[in-house]
Amino acid sequence: MPVELAAICSGVLMALAGAAILLRQHPRASVTVYAAATVPCGIATVIGLTGLLGSGVTTTTVLPVGLPWLGAHLRLDALASFFLTIVGLGGAVTSFYAIGYGRHEPEPGRVLPFYPGFLGAMMAVVLADDAFTFLLSWEVMSLLSWGLVLTHHRETETRHAAYVYLVMAAFGTMSLLLAFGLLAGGEGGYAFDAIRAGARSPATVTAILALMVLGAGSKAGLVPLHVWLPLAHPAAPSHVSALMSGVMTKVALYGFIRVVFDLLGPVEWWVSPAVIVLGAATAVLGILNALMESDIKKALAYSTVENIGVIFAALGLALAFRASAMPAAAALAFTAALFHAFNHMAFKSLLFMGAGAVLNATGARDLDALGGLIHRMPVTSFLVLVGVTAISALPPLNGFASEWLIFQSVLKSPELPQVSLQMLIPAAGGLLALAAALAAAAFVRIYGVAFLGRARSDAARQAVEVDRFSLAAMSALAALCVLAGIFPGAVIDAIAPAVSATLDARLPQQSDQPWLTLVPIAESRSTYNGMLVMLFIALSASASAWAVHRFASRRLRRAPAWDCGFPNADPVTQYGAGSFAQPLRRVLGTILLGSREEVVMPPPGELGAARHAVHARDLIWDGIYAPVTRAVGAAANRLNGLQFLTIRRYLGLVMFSLVGLLLVLTIWH
Amino acid sequence: MALIANLLIQGAQMLLVVAVAPLLVGLVRKVKARLTRRRGAPLIQPYRDLARLMRKDVVLAENASWLFRAVPYLVFAATWVAAALVPTFATGLHFSWTADLIAIVALLASARFFLALAGMDVGTSFGGIGSSREMMIASMAEPAMLLTVFAMALVAGSTQLSTVSQFVASPDVGLRVSLAMALVALIVVAIAENARIPVDNPATHLELTMVHEAMVLEYSGRHLAMIELAAALKLVLYLSLITCVFVPWGIAAGDAGALSYVTGLLIYLGKLTVGGVALAVFETSIAKMRVFRVPDFLGAALMLGLLGTLLLFVSRGL
Repeated sequence: MPVELAAICSGVLMALAGAAILLRQHPRASVTVYAAATVPCGIATVIGLTGLLGSGVTTTTVLPVGLPWLGAHLRLDALASFFLTIVGLGGAVTSFYAIGYGRHEPEPGRVLPFYPGFLGAMMAVVLADDAFTFLLSWEVMSLLSWGLVLTHHRETETRHAAYVYLVMAAFGTMSLLLAFGLLAGGEGGYAFDAIRAGARSPATVTAILALMVLGAGSKAGLVPLHVWLPLAHPAAPSHVSALMSGVMTKVALYGFIRVVFDLLGPVEWWVSPAVIVLGAATAVLGILNALMESDIKKALAYSTVENIGVIFAALGLALAFRASAMPAAAALAFTAALFHAFNHMAFKSLLFMGAGAVLNATGARDLDALGGLIHRMPVTSFLVLVGVTAISALPPLNGFASEWLIFQSVLKSPELPQVSLQMLIPAAGGLLALAAALAAAAFVRIYGVAFLGRARSDAARQAVEVDRFSLAAMSALAALCVLAGIFPGAVIDAIAPAVSATLDARLPQQSDQPWLTLVPIAESRSTYNGMLVMLFIALSASASAWAVHRFASRRLRRAPAWDCGFPNADPVTQYGAGSFAQPLRRVLGTILLGSREEVVMPPPGELGAARHAVHARDLIWDGIYAPVTRAVGAAANRLNGLQFLTIRRYLGLVMFSLVGLLLVLTIWH
Repeated sequence: MALIANLLIQGAQMLLVVAVAPLLVGLVRKVKARLTRRRGAPLIQPYRDLARLMRKDVVLAENASWLFRAVPYLVFAATWVAAALVPTFATGLHFSWTADLIAIVALLASARFFLALAGMDVGTSFGGIGSSREMMIASMAEPAMLLTVFAMALVAGSTQLSTVSQFVASPDVGLRVSLAMALVALIVVAIAENARIPVDNPATHLELTMVHEAMVLEYSGRHLAMIELAAALKLVLYLSLITCVFVPWGIAAGDAGALSYVTGLLIYLGKLTVGGVALAVFETSIAKMRVFRVPDFLGAALMLGLLGTLLLFVSRGL
């Protein structure tokens, strides 16, 4: 039975975590653990894929662990199979990458025990079929990833990141706890079957939805709950960052989808605008922050925030269409969301691995210490180029295919009966288009500054190509980006069982279309063929190159750069991370990010240096988190006095609280 | 038979856009010269320039990578594929279903993405300034373009260009305020995307006012020729796009006879001439704006696109 097999995979990973504690001092420990983790992840991928492509039968099982009267309910349906594929595939490729990358870890003992356990916990979240198992796996996933974030615990920044992450994770789990409490109701049926059967008032449904947005949204990185993400994801070792950004955010999405689309039952249409607006705002703010960030891994983490926003916007669209009984349109938006989630796993993992390769080769994460890596690390540079093209939603790669589907579902909005949604959705579509365009700018900046141009430091000048395991893992993901881009129909057909299991509707079978064209609604309405676009570009590029070389000239001569006659040998004169972002910082950053430029010129006649500084304030941190932190600090200071009382006063305190409580109870009844 | 005819039309159209592109650039330059009381270079000067560049050596900067050498062909190919998918003189293109309007916009974005990367490749300050400003302009222009696409698609119920074109050509459309707004927005976007005055100046040699030209400053010889041809092709693409959506009259339908193809071709060339002259007149009558005024200019397009879309819902059927 597939579900037991998947549970065994998860269990093997947990056991591997235990073994890693014993093994951690062994010189070949990291190779062994990562190689061993690849196997169950690979098997889980196969289980997930057979669940999607093959039988499509839902299998359940109850394990005699957990709460004595409940046990651990596990279930593998099409939706769980899809997310199991994401976790398994992401985990397998990342573990393979880590066989090479993990060798450079100075303290492998701080990573190895947590890593397989983290993977196993993510699988368990996807398999869980009762609230207790779900929350327990979720919390194990949070705590183990917290341990992984703390790997380089001697750096102050890492400790700060881990602390913020811990607080936010606790907050998220608390919201989920309350949400499941409301879902289970007074009788306390914690198995998902019982929850699905329960009836709820609209007020309860709204409260559950809000709690799910807080709980799952804070894990996924929805604005304004994203503050921990750009701190914690980059602080971990790069293969863990790849897992956290590429896979763990998808598990958070799974939690949201499972509860809101499956367990909760029908949801009123007026909650969907909140999800759509939140998603679109997250997309724009996330990518704008990525554009300003000069730490390569932080910029990638902010781009994760953007992609999560895009996916949430698509999920909001699906909610809106479903509430108005438009199953085909809902299936389109939902397919787009799942497709984008899969794509994001592929390219974000690839990019974090690329960042890890750069970090290994140069020891630098700051863009302004890099440059010219395309000469020193040609294979990595090429693979990362595929990743940045895919994530910038450019045809013919996979990022475009899913964004295209999202835009197609935006164009279905006029058929909605609600005028407010008809007006709101195109505006949100405009925001998504802005986010996509800004993403292209952000990734031109990251790639252009880090990989192109001239080296800005000695470390970048002497960088060498990374090991074969890392390159193989990155190649696999790059190939996935290309294949999902030119055969989007195959991916959509594979997702279709998960969509029809959740929404009772699906997109038309794409493999029936001539020439593997993507036809989401009707041929007269919109079509896209990634394969032909790829083929045409390849043909016309090679034909024109051949014609030019054959009939015109093929001579080439190397000379110093022209640079309008004033070439400067100092690499500092190149455009760097800050200067590239300057135009967009002025245009959008002053309002949305509160950034401010300051130029101090020496008075005329003096030869002192001029100074240029950029000040940026995190408006969300200042507006929401700082006041809360201050209030908590102030309250703690006040209550601090209670720790230093005499025994007499403590007794008095206990006595008075008891009397007070009893009084309240009497008045209550 | 129909298949062969369709393939022929598709092939003819692909060759036509490349062949006519330098002529359109020559026409705009000539009209601009005449308007400023200069004689101007002959209409075929762009062809001569391209031929001269093709024959010359490529002078490559010492630290240019393989990307720098591949980009001119990639940019040309992506622009050409996009241009081949826009109906020019006939709608029944064999491969028109390969990409809809959103995909065509994204293909142009791909071309720009790689060109901006090439601008960063040599590691000079001018390449960087060009790339950075180009991406700033693009990140304003692209959403405006997509909102315009939304407005058109909502009117026609499709993002397929041939369907939109046939719908607008049908008599039951009439005048629509939304379409007028979309037209203005599309023209603004087209001006920005093609690096024309007032956003950018294709003829400038004053370094600090260049955007597109700064980005391709290090290119020479056949590489530069490919990039210039791609830029000319993009201008043809935008003019074809505007004419096929907003003045689709005269475009031959998919199954029309040979005569209507010929008249369609003549009408198309006439439309291009009108568009080129209008562009030249507009460019001569306006001054280039500062770089940080461009977002306001494009923001207006963005707002028009959005208003055009919203107005559709307020004034259903007006």
